Formats: sequence, structure tokens, C-alpha cells
Amino acid sequence: MPTFDEILTEARKSVGEVDVRAAEGLLPEVAVIDVREKNEWDEGHIPGAVHVPRGYLEQRIERAVPDRDAPVLLYCAGGTRSVFAARTMQEMGYSDVTSLRGGFTAWKDSGHRFVVPRTLNPEQMHRYSRHVLIPEVGEEGQLKLLDASVLLIGAGGLGSPAALYLAAAGVGTIGLVDADVVDESNLQRQVIHTTDRVGMSKVESARQAIHALNPDVNVVGHEVRITPENAEEIVAQYDLVIEGSDNFDTMYLMNDVCVKLGKPDITSSILGFEGQITTILPGEGPCYRCVYAEPPPAALAPSCSEVGVLGVLPGIMGLLQANEAMKLILGIGEPLSDRLLMFDALTTSFIELKLRRDPECPVCAGIGVVERSPALAS
Amino acid sequence: MASIRIPPVLRQYTGGARDVDIDGTTVGVVLDRLADQYPSLKSHLFDDGSLQKYVNVYVNNQDVGYLKGLDTPIADNDTVIILPAMAGGSI
Repeated sequence: MPTFDEILTEARKSVGEVDVRAAEGLLPEVAVIDVREKNEWDEGHIPGAVHVPRGYLEQRIERAVPDRDAPVLLYCAGGTRSVFAARTMQEMGYSDVTSLRGGFTAWKDSGHRFVVPRTLNPEQMHRYSRHVLIPEVGEEGQLKLLDASVLLIGAGGLGSPAALYLAAAGVGTIGLVDADVVDESNLQRQVIHTTDRVGMSKVESARQAIHALNPDVNVVGHEVRITPENAEEIVAQYDLVIEGSDNFDTMYLMNDVCVKLGKPDITSSILGFEGQITTILPGEGPCYRCVYAEPPPAALAPSCSEVGVLGVLPGIMGLLQANEAMKLILGIGEPLSDRLLMFDALTTSFIELKLRRDPECPVCAGIGVVERSPALAS
Repeated sequence: MASIRIPPVLRQYTGGARDVDIDGTTVGVVLDRLADQYPSLKSHLFDDGSLQKYVNVYVNNQDVGYLKGLDTPIADNDTVIILPAMAGGSI
């Protein structure tokens, strides 16, 4: 049976090693992979490195380095584990794998720069563990969610499910605009409110529900009607807007203000058994005025209080809005821009309509891609 | 025969009908025949012969405004969707 020393010597025969000075010369063309354990990574790592613990190497390296011929530099703490990891990668067909002699210890001791990553605390790691497990989210994505701020226009049918799930997901700041109080007739669908909070302001009722669910979330209440006078000041404080108002004035106001400030506006409307949703990305996709330059007359704008709405419908549409917000914050997937998604609860069917920017749009014509809030990934 | 989808806010003018089947070779012809069938719908669809600004019409999920407008041809089994701007989040 071979000893550890014999295995290591054997591995070193096929794995190239470089010292810190030579490694520095390889950057930044080379993919740098840190194969240490999480607690070691958390204490500091080489800038730009990707963390793939050796125990997960075979499972995760193809995602981190899809090209088998790309140059890769592996390091661990002292330069031993990375030799074995390099050997494994060679067996997987990687042709240009090098190990850092002396590992991170040598890197650090020679005075090279390293970064200490922000991390979730143990309670957060546990609470958000199902997010952390998804590679597209991970600890880094969860930190983005915690840093993000979302403004909900309306703590009603659409705002209720959106607020609850965004709070559960750990979106750090949730702003709520609503000047209304909880009415018994709201409770058929506005699941953030409760029977014993009838008569309370919706903002306060929602705040209580959110804090009971996730005390990490900072709830900012705006107990006002949003108007052209206060809209910009409020919207400017947030990364993106989820619009779930019950009237065209607010819907068009949010469209115009979000385009002006460069904030994504995820807007939905519901009536009866049907809902629709689109994501407005200012400067990138059409805004609502590109699609409908003017709102219809009041006769064609009935509210749910007049016509009614199936209780589960805002749940479905509000969560589609929350899903859009999550993707924008995490910088993953395809946003529902350039598209209007219609949902019919009676037939359980979706229809997707193609939307286009109007080069003569009174609001967004000529606006180029707007730099998003720093909390939102590009 | 094209199937025309009536949006919830206009169903009060179609006796509650969600889908109406109408023969016709262009969007304009089909909508005219729809308005003939349900006269109170007409003013909500047309303004002086043109589509109202707050009403869009989609043929097979494409906005006719970017096709040939009311002259956009309709084939058998095409789906025509009438969609006015819609607000309402049940605050």
C-alpha cells in the first residue's frame, strides 16, 4: 500500500507547480480556484479567485471552468491539497492546471493583497440555507438580497404576497406605499393582513407581518398617496419598484418616474380571473407608454372593488412580480422585459405578447441603457 | 374563421363572451364585423376609424401596430387578442 508521501510524490510528477512570483505573472489570464474549506476561504482569499472546495471539486469545477483547455491555477493553504485537486482535474481532462507552491500562506506571507469576503452570520446561513444551496444564488447572492431595497406601491392584493415572499427571501429593505387601512373585504386576498388588524393602517399591519416572519428586514412605511410631488423622492431611495396600484394615474406616474430615475418597474394588473405583468427596464426595453401612450377613459378602468377579483389571482401575479425582483437583484435569468405575460385563471393558461419600444415614446424615446442601482447586478 | 379574445373590461359589451369567432381576411374587417355584432363595443375600439390609443390588437401574439395595422391579414385559426391598457391591483 502506498504511503501519503508516495502518493504526493507521484501526483507532483504530473502536476506543474509555480511559486508566488510566477503565479503573479499568470494573473489575470488564468482562472484561480481556491480549493480550501469554507472557513479558510472566509478568512481571506486571493482577489478574483473562485471558491470550489476540494470535496466538491468534481461536481462544481465544470461550472467554474467550462473550458477544459483554459489555464487554471489551484491553491490551498500550503500547496498539498491543490496538487491532489490538480491531479483530479487532469483526470477530468483539464489540460493546463497548475498548483501554487506554498499556497495561500506563501501568498499572504510575501505581502500580496488578499480580500476577506463578507459572509452571512451562522443564523443567516441557516435561515437562507435553501438559497445558499442553489449555485445561482449562493452566499454571494443572498448578500445581494440582504443589501437590496424594493419599493412596493400598494400593500394590497399584489403587494401582500410580494412583500411576504421578498421578506422571507431576505430582501433587506422593503418600502411600502399605502395610505389605506385594512378592511374586512381585503382579507379574501390580501394575505399579509389579518382579521385582528382590521382598521389598522395597511403599512403598519404589513410591518407587523414582515417582522414576525423575518426580523432582519427593514420595513420603511410611506403612509401617503403617491403623487407627482412626492414620487421621485420616494422612488429614488430604492433599487426597484413593484407596482400594484389600483389606478391608471399611479401606474403611469410610476412608469414615468422609474424611467426618469432609471429604476426597474415591475407592473401588474388584475381583474376578475385575469392578470397581466411586465417588467419595464428603462432604456433597455419598452416602457408602458411605448405600449399604451395614453390611459383609457375612466369607464374602461373599473377597479376590483367594482368588478371583483378571484382571491388567488393577486397571489399568483404578485409572486410573479416578486420573482422578477429576485432575478433582477441576483442578476440571473431573463427579465420579463419586451414581453407582456397574461394569465387566465379559468383556463390556467399563459399568453405572452411581444412588446416593442416606440421610437417616438413621449417618455423614454432616446433614453439609452441606464446604469442601475449599484445593488442590482447588470 | 378567427378567434377574437375579448378582454375582461369589454365583456360587458359582448354579453359576457370571452371569445368570439368571426370570418374575415384582415384585422380591420374582423373588428368591423365584431362591432356590427356588438354595436356598443364600437366606440371603445375605434376613434374616427382608427384604433383607440389605449387599445392594442395582437395577431398570434404580435402587435398589429408593427405589422400592417388594420390591414394585417388574418388566416384561418389565427388568434386575435384585443387588449386595452389595464390597471387594477385591488389595493
